[in-house]
Amino acid sequence: MSGTFNTVIQLIYLTAASCFVLGLHMMNNPATARRGNQVSVAGMAAAIVATGALVIHGGLIDATGWIVIGAGILVGGGLGLYTARTVKMTAMPQLVSVFNAVGGGAAALVAIRDFMTVGAGVGAATSVPTVLDVIIGSVTFSGSIIAAGKLQGVITSAPVAIPGARIVNLFLAAAAVAAGGYVIASPGMIALGVVIAAALVFGVSMVMPIGGADMPVVISLLNAFTGTAVAMAGFVIDNTALIIAGALVGASGGILTKLMADAMNRSIGNIMVGGFGSGDTPLAVEGAAGASVQSIAADDAAIQLAYASKVIIVPGYGLAAAQAQHEVAALADLLESRGVDVSYAIHPVAGRMPGHMNVLLAEANVPYPLLKEMDEVNPEFARTDVALVIGANDVTNPAARRPGTAISGMPILDVDAAKSVIVIKRSMGHGYAGIDNELYTNPKTSMFFADAKKGLAALTASVKTLVG
Amino acid sequence: MLLTDFIIFVLSLWVGFEVISKVPATLHTPLMSAANSIHGIVLAGAIVIAATAHNAVGYILAFVAVAFAAMNVVGGYVVTGRMLKMFKRRIAPAPASPAVEASPNGKAAA
Repeated sequence: MSGTFNTVIQLIYLTAASCFVLGLHMMNNPATARRGNQVSVAGMAAAIVATGALVIHGGLIDATGWIVIGAGILVGGGLGLYTARTVKMTAMPQLVSVFNAVGGGAAALVAIRDFMTVGAGVGAATSVPTVLDVIIGSVTFSGSIIAAGKLQGVITSAPVAIPGARIVNLFLAAAAVAAGGYVIASPGMIALGVVIAAALVFGVSMVMPIGGADMPVVISLLNAFTGTAVAMAGFVIDNTALIIAGALVGASGGILTKLMADAMNRSIGNIMVGGFGSGDTPLAVEGAAGASVQSIAADDAAIQLAYASKVIIVPGYGLAAAQAQHEVAALADLLESRGVDVSYAIHPVAGRMPGHMNVLLAEANVPYPLLKEMDEVNPEFARTDVALVIGANDVTNPAARRPGTAISGMPILDVDAAKSVIVIKRSMGHGYAGIDNELYTNPKTSMFFADAKKGLAALTASVKTLVG
Repeated sequence: MLLTDFIIFVLSLWVGFEVISKVPATLHTPLMSAANSIHGIVLAGAIVIAATAHNAVGYILAFVAVAFAAMNVVGGYVVTGRMLKMFKRRIAPAPASPAVEASPNGKAAA
């Protein structure tokens, strides 16, 4: 490899990496985010073209190699394009999981293939990242497929308790690490095969016991894993573009994992060891009968909303599950046209992945300045006439402020500070944490028992007929 | 070589932490999707291993790696673009109605 040529390639990689960083930086504002994505695409295109030039310059590739690359890009790119164009916004977490799976899988394959070529003579500088890449990539591959299956409902989203699962998990992790150690000490394909098998099974057994409501954490974590696996692949083939891009993604996944775990008041370890429930369990369990609950009819709720001067809508996963984002946007539009100040309070875990609810509402044409983050919106509740809670439960429970409950310390939306609260809910069921929501028995709160989609449509109709 | 790579890796992690912690929660899904597309750079790695393949096993592994990575990178960028396109400040010309009252609100909130 001639010096000048290599320098040019490295400079292109540096440009690509700068584009990735700049692209991510531009995502700090919805106004520049689209341009940021385009900058990132440009960097990626440059890096791929440079790699093609590198391969030609290396002179090792044969005709079949080119066919393999062309066919792979056509098949994979076509599949990616099709799924990306057709996926529903509610199914975004599944798609991100699938992309994590294929990214992690590709990273593992790069290391496996490199190991097969270089063979037994490999030094620790290559074998250590190879083993790490194979372990992390394989765990990500199988774990992300299970996560996507759970999100899609192909695999039950309830935590699957396998007897002795923790022991099995520990055993699998130990087996992967031990075989990995053996590969480093004495490189061989059989030991690497054991590493792959143990890591693949570990990915499955790690994600299976995790409940549906913990998915935002799991997806973020698998995203961080994929980034790390890609960075390790970069170490294996000594490619700085892979190292930088992988590290950026690893950092982003790491931050989101931490944010999601904090917002759910759980430690990452606690979630990985197995959830205490699942947000997908039907809300059929009856709440405590002791406290009295006020229910409200659509017409009364509509009048309260129509004559309010400030309304905050609090959407939760229930809203997305009922596919009611368009109905809520229609009601909000109607109220706004009457001069009501409407905004949305979005808890970090409202949805199945970080920020999911914002995408769903943006799809329903809700302008993004109306989407308020928890810290921004909480002081506004005291000035709010009506807080309309739809499909959100634990994240509105004032019990989180007291010690001694399952959700103590969890950051919540201060819905109870509003002058009045209307909750649209199918029944007095429990949320994910399985405890009573004290908001529902608050004298300021009226319960509107209805399915989110039908309830919102009824409210919109009532506002139209009653107050025109 | 390994040490240089390691330094690059660690510094990139720090850059990642710095840049990403400034992204608002509103954009966390497109952010994750964008990060997802960026790890599609593994396509470069897949191309490199395809270059050294000279037997059936090598070709098959390289094909699967290239296809996986291409799906990741193409799908990731397209879906990120699709999502970001939906984030609008205010829906074009508001219908001629009392909506005049609403627009100052939108400005104030921004």
